[in-house]
Amino acid sequence: MIINNMEPIISVRGLEARYGEKRILNDISFDIFAGQVTVILGPSGCGKTTLLKNMLRLHEPVRGSVKFWGEEVLQMDETSFNAVLRKVGMLFQGGALLNSISVMENVAIPLEQHTRLSRSVIERIIRVKLDLVGLHHAIHLLPSELSGGMRKRAGLARAMVMDPPILFCDEPSAGLDPLTSASLDELLLDLKKQLNMSIVIVTHELASIYRVADRVIFLDEGALIYEGTLDGARQAGIPTIDRFFEAGKYE
Amino acid sequence: MYTLHFENGILAVSGKLNRDNATQFQKSARLLTVKNAPNTLDLSGLEALDSAGVASIEELVAHFNHKDSQLKIIPASPDVEAVRNTFKSTAQIVDKPPQPNIFEKLGGNMEAWFRSMGEALVLCSELFYWSIVGIFDRKGQRKGSFGAQGLLLGYNALPVVALLSFIIGFILSLQSAAQLKNYGGNVFLPDLLAITLVREMAPLITAIIVAGRSGSAIASEIATMQVSEEIDALRMMAINPIRYVVVPKFHAITVVMPLLVVFSIVVGELGGFMIATSMLDLSLGTFVSRSVNIIKFKDIFISLTKSTVFAWLIVIIGAYNGFRVRGGAEGVGKATTASVVAAIFAIVIADALFSLLYLL
Ligand SMILES: Nc1ncnc2c1ncn2[C@@H]1O[C@H](COP(=O)(O)OP(=O)(O)OP(=O)(O)O)[C@@H](O)[C@H]1O
Ligand SMILES: [Mg+2]
Repeated sequence: MIINNMEPIISVRGLEARYGEKRILNDISFDIFAGQVTVILGPSGCGKTTLLKNMLRLHEPVRGSVKFWGEEVLQMDETSFNAVLRKVGMLFQGGALLNSISVMENVAIPLEQHTRLSRSVIERIIRVKLDLVGLHHAIHLLPSELSGGMRKRAGLARAMVMDPPILFCDEPSAGLDPLTSASLDELLLDLKKQLNMSIVIVTHELASIYRVADRVIFLDEGALIYEGTLDGARQAGIPTIDRFFEAGKYE
Repeated sequence: MYTLHFENGILAVSGKLNRDNATQFQKSARLLTVKNAPNTLDLSGLEALDSAGVASIEELVAHFNHKDSQLKIIPASPDVEAVRNTFKSTAQIVDKPPQPNIFEKLGGNMEAWFRSMGEALVLCSELFYWSIVGIFDRKGQRKGSFGAQGLLLGYNALPVVALLSFIIGFILSLQSAAQLKNYGGNVFLPDLLAITLVREMAPLITAIIVAGRSGSAIASEIATMQVSEEIDALRMMAINPIRYVVVPKFHAITVVMPLLVVFSIVVGELGGFMIATSMLDLSLGTFVSRSVNIIKFKDIFISLTKSTVFAWLIVIIGAYNGFRVRGGAEGVGKATTASVVAAIFAIVIADALFSLLYLL
């Protein structure tokens, strides 16, 4: 369901990324539209995390352009880019919680730093967000006392605590049981529908892809090989993609 | 933006409520209703909400809800109600676990201290055992580790040891020369300097430098391995982590530490000699012969023995603090700090015990 006259909320053009001399991404161009779930797919190690990091300037791309709401961010100064970042949430592949403070304090960071909300409202919001990811009982635990999947979910609670217009999730359901994974997908769909959130997900879970994807972007060996709808991807007749879906089939 | 309207006990809010105006909204709503409390909250005019908006409405409702009177709520449009439903708080509040009181803490600390002493002893015995086995059988140790550790612990410490030893020798002589001059005791400077350097200063300075440089490195390396499950991985490959990680360091530091101390003595003497020639007109010949004559074999022996003991203390304390880390990455920093403090403390205590030996 691509609506062609829609303005892209993020547009990436000719992005090239390297680690040292090693080229990881080459000439990547695609768009991300408001209110859609875009899934980035590709074999392990093909550069999906690298792509997210380069779009968000956690790693500087070698060349290319990245526009958020039509504004080029790669050359932006610190202050303007911070304003953009405030409208973006990011769930890292490993959760990336601050280790020395409790789950509650972790989730509180953006609210405390960027809003003037009272402590009682902040705590209420935190409890709601943790409840949404099924973690309300872990509120006072330290990150080191959580399991891998719990860390992931706490990271998601922190990423969405500001109700950001754009939410990036690097493998949100990796390491989760199918039930929890399905309820997270449900949550992402709610966020999309009710807050018109644009969500960019990296995931390998076919079940999850079928549930949430409006659009998919398929990377392979550092190049973009498909951009469009999920059905389109399966009918495009690209061998790598066919094998990907074939291998994930069950029953 | 939102608007608030209060009439006939009905508090009506309309417009957009979000994290930018939620605090303002709460304040105004309270102000409007100081005199008489509302009985109804009318949300039908709301156009948009976010989670902060939902939370502030809930705070307000909680504020007006008493046991005998509940606030009546007129719902908003279905879209807004959906948001309110997503972000409504249902979770029961989980209390913070209770903190132990001071006596429990004290008791707990004592218990922990005894337990950690026990654990450290176990580590010690295992370490000595594997160190001796490791001399004859290199298997089970990290390949090329001895050389690398020797370089790291010894060679890289040379500049710091040289600089500090030189300055210490220089200062010691400078201070004593001023006093000795008064009594015409110029020729005793080399004696004084040699005794102080060999017996006390060189082993102590070197040990403190090594504790700061290498003890901390050992602790943080092992702690990092511990929190990132590398130690567990070694165990699962049927490898003894003490033998694999600690023994090479133990061997390296045992060899390197006495050499560093000898180096420190020589450089310290050099610093002292500068003062001896310039301030006290002593010749090189006098300086050297007096220095060498005053030092007995026993002095050198005890000095090198105690520096070896210091070295062992540094490795054991570093390794112990590293292995003991629980929890996440923040534990690594704590372990490192703890190991340096404990090592310096242990070195000074051990030094005090050794000084009794000189009296024999
Ligand atoms: N810090 C780094 N330094 C050098 N190379 C790196 C670094 N991080 C990643 N790489 C390389 O970049 C490539 C892409 O890594 P990336 O983490 O983006 O993969 P991915 O698609 O996210 O994989 P996965 O699905 O396993 O998370 C890999 O070949 C990896 O070796
Ligand atoms: Mg990745």
